[in-house]
Amino acid sequence: MSGADAGRGGAGGGRPGREAPTGAYAGRRRRRRGRGERSMVPDASFSSYYGKPVLNKPTWKALDIAGYLYLGGLAGASSLLAAGGELTGRPRLAAPAKLGAAGAISLSLAALVHDLGRPTRFLNMLRVFKPTSPMSVGSWILVGYAPLTMAAAATEVAVRYRLLGSTAAEVASRYRLLGSAATLGAAALGPAVATYTAVLLSDTAVPSWHEGYRQLPFVFAGSAAAAASGLALAAAPTSQAGPARRTALLGAALELGAFQLMRRRMGIAAEPFDQGRPRILLRASEALTVTGAALALLSGRLRDRRVALAAGAALLTGSAALRFGVFHAGVASAEDPRYTVVPQRERLAAQGS
Amino acid sequence: MGDGPEARGNQWYGPQPDVAGASGYPDAPPRMGFFTDTSVCIGCKACEVACKEWNAVPEDGLELTGMSYDNTQTLGADTWRHVAFIEQSKPFGGQEPGVRHEDTDVFAAAARLGTDASSPGPGATAPPPGQAPEGAPAGQISPLSPDGRTELRWLMSSDVCKHCTHAACLDVCPTGALFRTEFGTVVVQSDICNGCGYCVPACPYGVIDQRKDDGRVWKCTLCYDRLGVGMEPACAKACPTDSIQFGPLDELRERAADRVARLHAAGVADARLYGEDPGDGVGGDGAFFLLLDEPEVYGLPPDPVVTTRDLPDMWRHAALAAVTLVGLAVGGFACRPRRAR
Repeated sequence: MSGADAGRGGAGGGRPGREAPTGAYAGRRRRRRGRGERSMVPDASFSSYYGKPVLNKPTWKALDIAGYLYLGGLAGASSLLAAGGELTGRPRLAAPAKLGAAGAISLSLAALVHDLGRPTRFLNMLRVFKPTSPMSVGSWILVGYAPLTMAAAATEVAVRYRLLGSTAAEVASRYRLLGSAATLGAAALGPAVATYTAVLLSDTAVPSWHEGYRQLPFVFAGSAAAAASGLALAAAPTSQAGPARRTALLGAALELGAFQLMRRRMGIAAEPFDQGRPRILLRASEALTVTGAALALLSGRLRDRRVALAAGAALLTGSAALRFGVFHAGVASAEDPRYTVVPQRERLAAQGS
Repeated sequence: MGDGPEARGNQWYGPQPDVAGASGYPDAPPRMGFFTDTSVCIGCKACEVACKEWNAVPEDGLELTGMSYDNTQTLGADTWRHVAFIEQSKPFGGQEPGVRHEDTDVFAAAARLGTDASSPGPGATAPPPGQAPEGAPAGQISPLSPDGRTELRWLMSSDVCKHCTHAACLDVCPTGALFRTEFGTVVVQSDICNGCGYCVPACPYGVIDQRKDDGRVWKCTLCYDRLGVGMEPACAKACPTDSIQFGPLDELRERAADRVARLHAAGVADARLYGEDPGDGVGGDGAFFLLLDEPEVYGLPPDPVVTTRDLPDMWRHAALAAVTLVGLAVGGFACRPRRAR
C-alpha cells in the first residue's frame, strides 16, 4: 500500500499502491489459492484501468441477502412438504413444515427490510408492479405468500394446543379447514418464492451471477428442497418422514447436478466459485449436502432419530453454505475487471469486430 | 410471442429511436445527451468541480492514489463526473516526443527570443506531425531518450453516466424511483428510493452507487433541473475545451462521426467512438465518447449488454425450475416404498 493515503475515512478500503501499473495489461494478477486446481480457460491478457473494477460491486450485506435467499428457499419448499403432509395424512410432518415456512419467511422478510438503505421506506416496494424488476415481482409474491404461511402456522398451533378455548369440535374443524386452505395456497406460491431468488441474482451485470441464469434457478430449487427436507427430517418422527427423506435425495441430486452443469457452461465466470471464500463455502456445501442425503437414506433404514437429526442439520447447513458461496463468488467476480472484460472481448472477437 | 421485442418497439433491447416516446411521453423534446471528445480533454477536472458544485454532491474522500493525476478513481454515488488519466508509452498523433529540456535555461532562451536562429520568435511553428525530431534513428518516429525513458502519451477522459437507451438500473428498480425523463435521460427520485441497492450491480458500467451515510443511490441526472429551463449541464458549461459537448443526440452523433473522420485523416488512427451505436448491447448511450484506445483501458466495458435482454429467458427458466421443485415434492410423496409402514 502507498503511504500517501490522506487518511480520510470516507471512501472505502484497499487502494492500489504507488506501483499501480498504468494503461495496458494492468489487470490484477490472479491469486490462485487452489492447490492443483485445473484452469477452466487459458489465461487471457486484458487491459484495465489501474486494475480497477468496471462494475460497482453489490452493496448488499452478505448475511442479509444470502440469508434471505436461503430462508426464502427453505420456506418455499417447506410449504410444499406441509401441503404434501396435509394431503397424505402425515400431520406430524406437516406441522413442523408449516411452522418452518412461517418462521423462515418472517426472518427472511426481516433480513430484506434490514438490508434496505432506508428500511422505513420498505413499503415503497409496493408502489408499483414491475415485471422487469425481479425484486418488485418478488415483493409482490411475498405479500401473497407470507400471510398464507402465517395463517397456516397459526391455525396449526391454535388447533394443536386448543388455544381457541373451550371450542366445540365444529369450530375447531372450521379452523382446520381454514388452515388447510392456507397451507395449499402457500404451497402454490412456495415454488415461486424458492426459485425467483435465482432471477434476482442473475438479472444483474455481475458475471458470476448473470452467466449462470439458465441453471441457477434449478440449483436453488434443489437446494431449497434439500433444506426443507432437512428441517422436516430433524423435526418429524421417522415414521412420517419418508417423503422428506426421498425429497432430500431428489433435491440434493438436482442441486449438485445443476450446479456442475452451470459451472461448465459459464466459461471464465465460473472461476470465482473456485477461489478463496466461495471455494471453501461451496466445497463445504457439497460435502454437507452429500452427507446429509446419505444420512437421510440411512435414517430411513435404521429408524434412528439421531441419524435423522444429523441428516437434517447437514442438509440445512449445506443449503445455507451454497447461497453464501454463490453470493460471495458474485461479489468477487464484480470486483475483478477480468471477469467483465475478458468475456466481452471474446464475444466481440467471435462477432468478428 | 413470435417477433416479441420487435413488435413492442424494442422496449427492453435493440435499437429504439424514440426513447421518451416509448416511455410514455407523446410530445417529447429531442433526446439530449453528451458527446465527450477525449482527444481534446486536458484533464483540468473543471467538469468534476462544476458537477459537485451545482448538484451539491458531498465530498467523498481526499486520497492520493498514485494513479497518474487521478485521485477521484471511479464514478460512484458522490462522483458523477470522473476524469481518467492514462499514461502510455506511445506517440499521440502530432506529438513531438523524445525531447529533453534539462539543459535548457528557459529564462536565457526567453531573453534571446527572436534575436537568433536557434530560438524562433513568436509565430514559429512546431515541426509537422509525424516527423522525427533531430537525432532520431531512421524509420523510428520516437526514439528512446538516453536515460532509457520512452515517449509518453497522456490520455484523459471525463467519464459520466451513459444514460443508456435500455437502462438496466431503471429496469430493475422495484420502486419506480429511477425514471426516464422527457429528454430521454435516466434520473433517480431521491424521495422514492428506498435504498434496496438493486440498480448498483445491474449497471453494466459501474456508474450508480449507494451513498453510505444516507442509504440511497445517486448518479448523474444530466442536470435535469438545468435542462428543464433550457440550460446545458454544469459539466458541459464548465468544460474549457469543449471536450464535453451537450446537445440533441442526433446532432452529436453527426458531429462525432465528422470528428473521427478528421482525426483519422490527421493520422490519429486510434480514434474511435464508444457507445454511439444504437445497435449495441444497451441500444446506444445517451452519453457517448470518442476514445483513443480500447474502452477497457479507460475502465469502460468493451461490449456491455443490458441484463434485461435475458430477463424473459430467466423467468422461463425459473418457472421451469419451480415446476421441477413441485415435481420433486410430488415424487417424494408419491413413490412410496414397497413395504408397508
